[in-house]
Amino acid sequence: MWQELRTELHPLGLEIVTVALDVEPDDARPFIEAAHPDHPSLIDSTHRVDELFGVVNVPNGVWIDEEGMIVRPVEPAHPGLNPVTESFRTIDLSTLPPDVAQILEEARKIKSDPDVYVTMLRDWVERGVRSVYALSPDEVISRSQPRPTGAATAAAHFELGEYLHRTGDHAAAIGHWSEAHRLQPDNWTYKRQAWNFEDPVRQGHTDAYEGSWYEDIKKIGAENYYPPIVP
Amino acid sequence: MIVEGSLVDRDAFHARTGWDVKPEGACKAEVCVPLPADAYADEGRIDVAVVAKKLGMPVVADEVHGLTALGPETAVTGRVLTSARAPELVLPDAHGNPFRLSSLLGQKVLLVAWASW
Repeated sequence: MWQELRTELHPLGLEIVTVALDVEPDDARPFIEAAHPDHPSLIDSTHRVDELFGVVNVPNGVWIDEEGMIVRPVEPAHPGLNPVTESFRTIDLSTLPPDVAQILEEARKIKSDPDVYVTMLRDWVERGVRSVYALSPDEVISRSQPRPTGAATAAAHFELGEYLHRTGDHAAAIGHWSEAHRLQPDNWTYKRQAWNFEDPVRQGHTDAYEGSWYEDIKKIGAENYYPPIVP
Repeated sequence: MIVEGSLVDRDAFHARTGWDVKPEGACKAEVCVPLPADAYADEGRIDVAVVAKKLGMPVVADEVHGLTALGPETAVTGRVLTSARAPELVLPDAHGNPFRLSSLLGQKVLLVAWASW
C-alpha cells in the first residue's frame, strides 16, 4: 500500500521508509518481498523505533524534513483503506467460530482516518515548511508520546525479553514481556508481538499473559484503538 | 540497551542511546545535561549508573540470567523526544544490509512502522 503513495510522491521529494516491528525477521520478509518496494524496507527486531520515536501501535508514522528535523511525531498513519480490515465488514459473522466472530466485531469498530492522513501528507510534500501540518520543534516535542518512568522501564524489559528470546530462552522472555505490558499498557506493539508468539493471528488468551487482543481492546473501547489525528 | 558491567564504552552508548558523552556533559542534538566528574570513568568509558541517574534512565537487572538493561531517558522533557532533531536509526533491510536513516538527509521522509502480526 505504501508503494502506491511512494510512486506518487517520490518524484515530488518524499522518500518512504517502512520499518517492520518483527522480533522474527523471517515473519516480515515475505510481506516485503511481495510488495516489491522501491523504498527502504527495514526490519526492527528489537522495536527500536518504540524507544527512539514513540511508536506504540501499527501503522504509526513520523515525518522528517530535508534538514533531518521531525515535523510530525508519531501518530496513526494509514495510507488508505486496508483491504484486509475492510473485508471484515462484509463477512457474515454468524458463519464464524464465536471467538473469531467476537474479534472481528471489535475490529470493525476501529476507526482510522486515511483520507485525512494522506491529504496532510500530500500538502506537506507540496508546501514543505509552509504546510500547516508541519509542526514547530517545540510542538513536535510536546506532541510526542509521554514517557513516565514506567514506559522507559517497559522498554528495558522488552529489550531483555527480546534478548532472551533470541538467545533461546523464550520462557524467560515471557516474564519480561509481561512486565513491559503492565508498565506501558498502551503500547500495542509490545503486547501484540508477545501474544502472537503464543497464539498467532487471534492473539487470544493463553496462560503466558494476562491479556489478549480481544480482552484489551474491550477494556479501552475499539474506537479508541487509534487516537484521532490532530491536524 | 543491554549493558555488561558498570563501565560502558562511550561510543557504544552514543550509538545505542543517541547520547554523546562529551566534556560538557551528555548531549543529544542541542540538549546537553551536565555530568558529575565520576561519570567519566577512564579513557573512552563512562560509569553507566551515574549517567543513567542524571538522564533518568531506568536500570533493570535480571539477576537469574546475569543481564542488565538500560531504558531510555525520562529526565529532560518527560516525552519520548528530547529534541525534534531525528535520532540516527540504523536497521537492516530484508537482505540484512544495514541502512542509515541519516543517508536520506536532503529529502523529506515518512517513516512508517508496521508489523506482520
